[in-house]
Amino acid sequence: MSVKVRVPAQLRTLTGGVGEVLVDGGTVGEVLKALDAAHPGFAERLFDESGQLRRFVNVFLSDEDVRFLEGLATPVADGQTISIVPAVAGG
Amino acid sequence: MDFVSGLRCRECGRTYPAEALHVCDFCFGPLEVTYDYERIASVISRDRIASGPRTIWRYQDLLPVADAAPVDLGAGFTPLVRADRLAAELGLGELWIKDDTANPTGSFKDRVVSVALTKARQLGFKVAACASTGNLANSVAAHAARAGMDSVVLIPADLERAKVTMTAVYGGTVVAVEGTYDDVNRLCAELTSEHPSWAFVNVNIRTYYAEGSKTLAFEVAEQLGWRAPDHVVVPIASGSQLTKVAKGFEELAKVGLIDGGQPVRISGAQAAGCAPVATAFAEGTDAVRPVKPHTIAKSLAIGNPADGWYALEAIRRSGGACGAVTDDEVIDGIRLLARTEGIFAETAGGVTIATLAKLAAEGVVRPDERVVALVTGHGLKTVEALAGAVGPTATIAPTLDAFDAVVDVGAESDHPTADPEHGSGGTDAPRSAR
Repeated sequence: MSVKVRVPAQLRTLTGGVGEVLVDGGTVGEVLKALDAAHPGFAERLFDESGQLRRFVNVFLSDEDVRFLEGLATPVADGQTISIVPAVAGG
Repeated sequence: MDFVSGLRCRECGRTYPAEALHVCDFCFGPLEVTYDYERIASVISRDRIASGPRTIWRYQDLLPVADAAPVDLGAGFTPLVRADRLAAELGLGELWIKDDTANPTGSFKDRVVSVALTKARQLGFKVAACASTGNLANSVAAHAARAGMDSVVLIPADLERAKVTMTAVYGGTVVAVEGTYDDVNRLCAELTSEHPSWAFVNVNIRTYYAEGSKTLAFEVAEQLGWRAPDHVVVPIASGSQLTKVAKGFEELAKVGLIDGGQPVRISGAQAAGCAPVATAFAEGTDAVRPVKPHTIAKSLAIGNPADGWYALEAIRRSGGACGAVTDDEVIDGIRLLARTEGIFAETAGGVTIATLAKLAAEGVVRPDERVVALVTGHGLKTVEALAGAVGPTATIAPTLDAFDAVVDVGAESDHPTADPEHGSGGTDAPRSAR
């Protein structure tokens, strides 16, 4: 499964400045691990010691927060987009 | 000159310079402005503040930006109103309403936006932007117009009409997004990466923006004669305001402006249709789980509150509580405040008053406490919420008979009588401090 991952400005130092990366994986967790394999440094920024998403890291699959889906175990389909987005204050 | 020493990640403690940064590059934790409190304590005084403008800028020493001519429409120093009639209804003693409906665009957002755009202008930004549930949109559009900046405001498409008009009238760009506020927020967070030259006040300027809410605590303390209240009730959307109100009282004690003995109890108010913080409080957990909002209190409809965890921590640390109320209770809260104190609040204010009533009935907010409730937005912004709930008492033909047939007000006496308590003899305490 080839999935597009949108990378926020804060993490583009890891991708050489690129905002979109194509990686493979069958679940959200696998995709993010593949991202770390291709661009080392993502895992320690996205995951806490227990392997869960850090509190202020939001991950969206096709614009839906994966916390409303099956979290890191959420299956992904070919051609879907995953966005990594920092939490934002209110309005 | 400001007293900012830098920015610091609230999660992992990494430090950064005071630039347009909002999240830690390492862990995405929110960045917090840090100050040199020793230097502030050496210059700040009650007299110095009293000689300042009657706006939030009288507290400039404790704000993250200093400017001789800030981006300012006159935000802040709103009335603190003694609410005896409401207190009597709720079985409370000393109750005050912080009436932030009196701000230039009708909500507390003018406090944070004035700070945010003053800093943004100093940092060289020419475009002001935000994701908004409405009140922030109003304020960003107005302050950007005042400052001669362009504005780009993103709102959920189903927003109240008044909030759309009150944004669009200032002539900036207003984009209605088909989705919830959380969808708008996510889009804005992504836009921030693509438009780094825009000042998204609640994204890349958030660190400075959020500090503006501290002025609510500063004003309450000053208006109470430089005393902290015992208990403050604050509405929760993202949780930023509650967190910063707590920080505000702590800072006043730290720089010696108030006695820092007993911490101020802070209680949170949410709508039941969007209550991730109240749910976590009730369940005794640390995890604030996101929800899909469904409530008339749209200005509080943030299902994934960025500062929810910090708000929860501030509530627990202070010995407060967090309650949630139904939409019907929100309407009742709006009407109760209007009927007893003559203040017309938006739905978020209804959430605060209804939660105050609930916490008072539960004995959490007590009659022996000096209590302040924050009413943060004007009722004219959300009149739709009251459709069907209030209207004319009667519609009649223009005749005396028709009038007498439907109106029965003050029938026991046709002549005004002097009220011994509120007559010409004067009272020993003012009803309002401004």
